[in-house]
Amino acid sequence: MSLVEETNAELGAPDVLITPQPLGIGGPSGPPARSRSRGRLIWRRLTQTSRFWVGAITIALILAWALLGPLFYPFDALGRDPLNMGLGPTQLHWFGTNSIGQDLYAQTLVGLQKSLVIGLIAGPLGTMIAAVVGSIAGYMGGVVDRVLVWCINLLLVLPSFILLVILSPLFKGLSWVFLTLFIAGFSWMIMAQVVRSQTKSLRDRDFVKAARYMGVPMRKILGRHIIPNVASLLIIDATLGVVAAILAETSLSYFGFGIRAPDVSLGTLLAEGTSAAVTRPWLFVFPAGVLIVTLFAVSLIGDALRDAVDPTSGVNRD
Amino acid sequence: MTNVLTNGIPGGNRRTDPPLLEVTDLSVTFPQRGGPSVQAVRGISYQVHKGEFLGIVGESGSGKSVSSLALMGLLPSSAQVTGSITFGGRSLLDLTDRQLSRIRGQEISMIFQDPLSALTPVYTVGDQIAEALLLHDAALSKRAASARAIELLKLVGIPAPERRARAFPHEFSGGMRQRAMIAMSIANDPRLIIADEPTTALDVTIQAQILEVLEKAKSLTGAAVVLITHDLGVVAGHADRIAVMYAGKLVENGTTDEVFATPHMPYTIGLLRSVPNMQTAGTQRLVPLEGRPPSLTALPRGCPFAARCPISVAACLDTEPVLLDHAPAAPGVPVAGLGEAVHVAACHRSAEIASGGLTRPDVFPRPEPLAVEHREKNRDAQPVLSVTGLVRHFPLSKGGVFSRRIGTVRAVDGVSFSIQPGQTLGLVGESGCGKSTTILEILEMTKPQAGQILIDGQDVATLGRADLLRLRKDVQIVFQDPMAALDPRLPIGDIIAEPLTVHGVNAANRRTRVAELLDLVGLDPAMADRYPHEFSGGQRQRVGIARALATNPRLVVLDEPVSALDVSIQAGVINLLEDLKEQLNLSYLFVAHDLAIVRQIADTVAVMYLGRIVEYGPVAEVFAHPRHPYTQALISAAPIPDPVIERSRTRVLLEGDLPSPTEQIDGCNFRSRCPLYTLLPPQKRALCESIDPLLALHGTVETACHHVEHSTLLTAAV
Amino acid sequence: MVFYIFKRFINYFFLSLIATCLAYVVSSLALDPAAKYYGRNPQPTQQTIDNILNGLGVNPDVPVLQRLWDWLVNIVVHGSLGNGVNGVSIGDQIISRAGVSLRLLLIGSLIGAIVGVTLGVWGAVRQYKLSDQVVTYGSYLIFATPTFVIGVLLMIGATALNGAAEMQLIAFTGEYTAGLTGSWWDLALDRGIHLLLPTIALVLIGAAGYSRYQRSVMLDVLSADFIRTARAKGRSRNSALVRHGVRVALIPMSTFFAYSFGTLVSGSIMLEIVFSFHGMGEFALNAISQSDINAVAGTTLFVAILILFSSTLSEVLYAALDPRVRN
Repeated sequence: MSLVEETNAELGAPDVLITPQPLGIGGPSGPPARSRSRGRLIWRRLTQTSRFWVGAITIALILAWALLGPLFYPFDALGRDPLNMGLGPTQLHWFGTNSIGQDLYAQTLVGLQKSLVIGLIAGPLGTMIAAVVGSIAGYMGGVVDRVLVWCINLLLVLPSFILLVILSPLFKGLSWVFLTLFIAGFSWMIMAQVVRSQTKSLRDRDFVKAARYMGVPMRKILGRHIIPNVASLLIIDATLGVVAAILAETSLSYFGFGIRAPDVSLGTLLAEGTSAAVTRPWLFVFPAGVLIVTLFAVSLIGDALRDAVDPTSGVNRD
Repeated sequence: MTNVLTNGIPGGNRRTDPPLLEVTDLSVTFPQRGGPSVQAVRGISYQVHKGEFLGIVGESGSGKSVSSLALMGLLPSSAQVTGSITFGGRSLLDLTDRQLSRIRGQEISMIFQDPLSALTPVYTVGDQIAEALLLHDAALSKRAASARAIELLKLVGIPAPERRARAFPHEFSGGMRQRAMIAMSIANDPRLIIADEPTTALDVTIQAQILEVLEKAKSLTGAAVVLITHDLGVVAGHADRIAVMYAGKLVENGTTDEVFATPHMPYTIGLLRSVPNMQTAGTQRLVPLEGRPPSLTALPRGCPFAARCPISVAACLDTEPVLLDHAPAAPGVPVAGLGEAVHVAACHRSAEIASGGLTRPDVFPRPEPLAVEHREKNRDAQPVLSVTGLVRHFPLSKGGVFSRRIGTVRAVDGVSFSIQPGQTLGLVGESGCGKSTTILEILEMTKPQAGQILIDGQDVATLGRADLLRLRKDVQIVFQDPMAALDPRLPIGDIIAEPLTVHGVNAANRRTRVAELLDLVGLDPAMADRYPHEFSGGQRQRVGIARALATNPRLVVLDEPVSALDVSIQAGVINLLEDLKEQLNLSYLFVAHDLAIVRQIADTVAVMYLGRIVEYGPVAEVFAHPRHPYTQALISAAPIPDPVIERSRTRVLLEGDLPSPTEQIDGCNFRSRCPLYTLLPPQKRALCESIDPLLALHGTVETACHHVEHSTLLTAAV
Repeated sequence: MVFYIFKRFINYFFLSLIATCLAYVVSSLALDPAAKYYGRNPQPTQQTIDNILNGLGVNPDVPVLQRLWDWLVNIVVHGSLGNGVNGVSIGDQIISRAGVSLRLLLIGSLIGAIVGVTLGVWGAVRQYKLSDQVVTYGSYLIFATPTFVIGVLLMIGATALNGAAEMQLIAFTGEYTAGLTGSWWDLALDRGIHLLLPTIALVLIGAAGYSRYQRSVMLDVLSADFIRTARAKGRSRNSALVRHGVRVALIPMSTFFAYSFGTLVSGSIMLEIVFSFHGMGEFALNAISQSDINAVAGTTLFVAILILFSSTLSEVLYAALDPRVRN
């Protein structure tokens, strides 16, 4: 059960605490100024949470830093400075240098770029696969459903990290794009189960039955009624999927199965830094710190999203 | 001459003993994150004397449940409670949770609404009852507690109590679970039992059983009972006094007879007039109570009911009325405060009402029936819907990969009926009778497992996809729960227009039609781009009705369209449905469990039990002279909001619960619960045990019973 | 009920079997065990190479399915997993290393689960108060940190601690100090100290996951009707929460246990490598880098069996905790 399933997203239930302005017959108050779609309601709740802003601003800054940072820095990731080898952070080399004189700050930026790209592609991609597979399995039921569920269970037998390690020879010499695809390919299973169970319960909801009895064809029902009602779950999963994808890539690269030298990623930096960790801790701590801050910020956004979507959050429930 | 009470506390029926429970100026407020707080209860005061039965009546949002939870100290910790609650001389609000927990379950006990979620799923029922005993008696051994638990289960009428005590809550039916809850509540001989909507989730025949058990519990323990409900019929038959709550305030309090016969508050009058009464249903239009209660976060300055009150004056909008006794007692008689006043109401104009200056029809006039267009009722016209021998069985299988069949659920087992154009058929029955499955089968419009479905004379089994799509224009459905029936992501304009998209109507025409439809159902067409959560329950149901009418259907299937709505709102929707039927010459297939509503709106009625129709005929005849024992039980169990009638009725009670749907019963499948069966001599019973009765015509009504001629043995005075 | 669990076990068994076979096929296709022989100087003859490869059962000229079949037959009939590229029996290697891995994994998961569940319940009861916020954000921080980073950070911290105390307070490289002699207790204590840091890392990861999940489940239970009933019977608030609430909130834990076990296995393997344990982690790493197909297959089988047991155990737990599924 993924953390996303914690989301008690009551699909369709109105916010019990936001008392709607009553309309029509004899209602004491007049109609509101603008109609408020559920999306707008969620956005309003989201922007009122401080966690969202902390996370969003941090990520915005990090993205800007990753893109523009190298432009304002004299050193690049590969060049060596023989005069300053193995030194800690100085005014010249902001993050210090490694044993062969390479600048850690520049390397960190390059690594961060790579990790971000991989994460931002693999995360949402996994969610999309989960949405398609899950909704089809849930809506169609029968044989299609059983086959898909069996496949999902098969892919879940081994932990994804171990699967990727075993499969690593397949994408060993290839570009990082393949690594991204593989990561996405083994991250969708749990979310697909969630989408499937939500689709099943939606299918029995009255408004979907109503559409069926009206004669609306299946693909229209999926697109108009089912997917929009799981959209909030999907958005949350995509956000958290970014975190999971970056973690997967970093772990694989650290142990030598993902990005390899001379390519730079945060994982490879951390691997290099580990051997010197106790004597030259900055080689490890800086990349680790950047990684942790990035992932933490994205997690905050995901958590704020989850609360904004769940109408019962923020209520004292005991 | 009005007797002014300084704090408006009414007394008992001239009782002079000190009250068991005294609530004074109780208020409960829930603070909200980032918004105004919700004032759920605003200064209510009442008393309960020893052995008294008080019924607290109100609709959703009136604060009735919150006030009783406050009594027990079971509100969330964020709730702010002020006022005073005195029980047996002790002030409850001053006590800590530990002190209160010693009183809870011993002196005051509570029965909740939904017994499935109210019982812990992982402990046996016997253990949970024993827990109530063990918590308050340190000297009791576990074995003794278990034994006593079994005794209590027997007391509340649960068969085979030793076995049942070791079962888990999910293995009990709804009625049995509620009996177990009652057993738990009387375990320690409490002095006060609070029952919060104990029968709302139950079928009407089970409700009758449970109310009997509650009365028995009351007489065994001598406890006072506070029954919270929205159903006026239930309190009419059982309560000594009634308190009516509205928007967090008590607006009327008096003896049952007085409040029903001479209500002094317009809301009570409106409530009483809008509730469908099975006796008078069908003969006159219902009186709707328009509008809805005010939001509890933004209460108006004056009387909260003023916006909906037909007789409100300027003073009503200005100041909130207090509870006063307006009984025209002898002038000059001093009121000693407690124990003297009998009947109080909170309305500035109660004096006029009490003295007879404003009669009930003056306050809430009955609307004029729509001029009935005289249509040639062509007897030979083809029925809009004709169902013959419909069967729908569900195989029950166990196991995942290798599943095997362990039984069949005979949800619909040979059902036949027909609906003429412009007629309404009411399909009545309790949960598990198959009425919902029947209508869903019809709407699926596929070849049924057995039998035939003819819509407009066409057999749905023979039609191709294009023809079926055309046919779907003529049959539409309105669902029970307006919240679940509308896609929360779409504005109501799109929801209503969806059937039109299937039939290729272009956008501009759709918009016009949506505006037309909204007008037809009494909603403002400008609201078409609002979302469902911005509307009230009654309005959402109107949207559902508008959607059903979009394609100009001939038949509208309604699946319990008003059961999810507040009682006062139901009347408005029922009236609308009747009007639409006349205006548009519609036929209705109306599924309901509320007999009064069926009697109001239907022309013919079919009573279903375990997948079969047991009685079928014109509504007036079936209700006046029910022949099948089940119909008699059903009618006698339905509460009528009239205390005089309720008290004098004899109830036909059914034994036990619905048999398991997979069980194969030889002969008549009702005999396991049939009250007539128990009265018959053995040679007559043999017929019931061996042959399954078919529907046979007796006069204008078809009945499926072998012994119709003995039906009068069960006197069911309606 | 036993039959129900047995059926589920069979289901998982087949899934594990198929997954293992697939992994065998994939690694046979992806890895090239002959490559390293071609790179040697002097290069051995093709005949020699073929003999070696055949002996191991990994000759790419033999069809994959044939090799798979042989491998399976070998397991069932001889109970052997073949030999690794260094000639040592895979089975022997795994057995000697399994203990190392299992010690860390089982102790870490167990403690992590207990700590996590407790923190989750606590956090739910103290919702939004400071202690809850600390646990919540602490969990997020741990989620944002890769397992190996936690390990290395702990190492850095321990080194600093050792430096400040000017003695080797916490030793962490390897499972035990080589060459240490003494009583059984001394040896056990030494092993315990070496196990300390990786166990802490695993506990942190496990506790973070369990606490988040348990907290959300517990929050749902807090507002449940049966808690209200328990209080209405006379239980104080805390007593009702513990006796009725926690008991029900533990039910979903059993399914979460199955899910999180996979993550903990991965985490444990990563930590082994970071802390230089000679466990299955190192074994797997070497297997891939040496293109040792038999070793990779053996590792997969090992992990699959672990997961099989944990899934079955979770079914047992679920049935034990929730009477609604037993019928």
